[in-house]
Amino acid sequence: MKKETIIQVENLTKKFGDFTAVKGITFDVYKGEIFGFLGANGAGKTTAMKMLIGISNPTSGKANVAGFDVLTQREIVKKSIGYMSQKFSLYDDLTINENITFFGGIYGLTRKLIKEKTIQLVQELEMQDVADNLVGSLPLGWKQKLSFSVALLHEPKIVFLDEPTGGVDPITRRQFWEMIYTQAYKGTTIFVTTHYMDEAEYCDRVSIMVDGVIEALDTPKKLKEQFKVDSMNDVFLKLARNIE
Amino acid sequence: MSISVQNISKSYKSIQAIDDVSFEVNEGELFGLIGPDGAGKTTIFRILTTLLIANEGNAKVLEYDVKQDYKAIRNSVGYMPGKFSLYQDLTVEENLTFFATIFGTTIEENYDLIEDIYVQIEPFKKRRAGALSGGMKQKLALCCALIHAPKVLFLDEPTTGVDPVSRKEFWQMLKRLQQKGIIILVSTPYMDEAALCDRIALIQKGKILKIDSPSNIISKYDKTIYDIQSNNTHGLIHDLKNYSSNYSVYAFGEFIHYIDKNPDFNSNDLKKYLENKGHAEIIIKNATTTIEDVFMDL
Repeated sequence: MKKETIIQVENLTKKFGDFTAVKGITFDVYKGEIFGFLGANGAGKTTAMKMLIGISNPTSGKANVAGFDVLTQREIVKKSIGYMSQKFSLYDDLTINENITFFGGIYGLTRKLIKEKTIQLVQELEMQDVADNLVGSLPLGWKQKLSFSVALLHEPKIVFLDEPTGGVDPITRRQFWEMIYTQAYKGTTIFVTTHYMDEAEYCDRVSIMVDGVIEALDTPKKLKEQFKVDSMNDVFLKLARNIE
Repeated sequence: MSISVQNISKSYKSIQAIDDVSFEVNEGELFGLIGPDGAGKTTIFRILTTLLIANEGNAKVLEYDVKQDYKAIRNSVGYMPGKFSLYQDLTVEENLTFFATIFGTTIEENYDLIEDIYVQIEPFKKRRAGALSGGMKQKLALCCALIHAPKVLFLDEPTTGVDPVSRKEFWQMLKRLQQKGIIILVSTPYMDEAALCDRIALIQKGKILKIDSPSNIISKYDKTIYDIQSNNTHGLIHDLKNYSSNYSVYAFGEFIHYIDKNPDFNSNDLKKYLENKGHAEIIIKNATTTIEDVFMDL
């Protein structure tokens, strides 16, 4: 089966003054895969991701996301992708229904479609009883599930998830990954960062970034073979700081 | 008893944050509060550091009462809140000097306590705290919490959002501080870190579910967990959930953790069932129980 490429990154570089945060990274992401984008704090993950979602200009190099150039077609890139960050995702002082309506409007959906989507989404998440409650009153795990669904409102080809499960309880964390699996199965490409190394095992392929460079990229199974260890945690520890 | 919490409850309007919580932390102990976001961990920290008053119950830190002797407690404990609370627009060095001065001491006076940690961030001492990476911020916050040589250290989710390498280093630092006689109460949502504490309290929805040493918590777990793998992970979760005698099914790293209802579970029957569902390269073997497994079954 020929794999269709949906993200193409070539020598992508970002400099802040004298400091090079991302040092000419090159990689491809295939359609429908769950791509784990790992790295230590400060390795350049967030900077790289910001360039891919069209909110930061590369200093040099190229990236094509969902068929569009991130430098010259950034507005179309933004329309073709969904993005969920851990820090800011939804408005705490709006209700669940209001948040969905708001983001539906931002993404340019029609009023009719927003109404339909709101009902459907609230049902899928089994949040009917709390749909008129403020998002701020929800447990973190619920917020994250809701925010993932909101990032998918406009049916993007790719969704970028920046540490979606940080601090979430073990059961909700797994429910969240089942949502990811279901979405990938429907053909949406998932680009995800995490500090939970058991979650790295759930990805189709994983890249590990160290000091602005992608040091390794393969399936979790092959990475473990390559580094002769039993878990992704050990792969990470070996690569990221050569700690035995 | 160095920290003693007796029947503490606290609610915010209609939300019961913690409900009748009791536990004790011994001299020299590294004690962990393990639970997800919203479990009530931060409320416990804020009560013990005298920043919040409980609705019911009593608590003592180093024999001081959290209500009457709050000033004595504030002088003898260090607190690192979950949210980064240093001054973003002061440099590393300025932050440290500031906290030392507040407690009437100097960086030099207690330098031996923070030396191990401070040398790692010293190259950046002229950098503003706001411009540090996550791991560096945590190290600076720990230095600031230690600068007045506290007897007790309260660390609220010090490793949330921190990468695995920095997390490992952070725990090595905690072990060294413990050896210097500092009592440490630490909270974390990472279940793998629980194993590094002397004793842990598993907490969820404001209630403590269990208190014991990590090894006792694991050895007292009486169910058998199986590691299961096939060439189709997503389908495997689905098919196992439909297996008639399943007790629980959840992803666990590269394997699925499966628990069966029957004590006389036969793995060959399950294997045949999975083969009939089209799975190949099936592995079924006994798994090692972890704190996370116990937690999910509480």
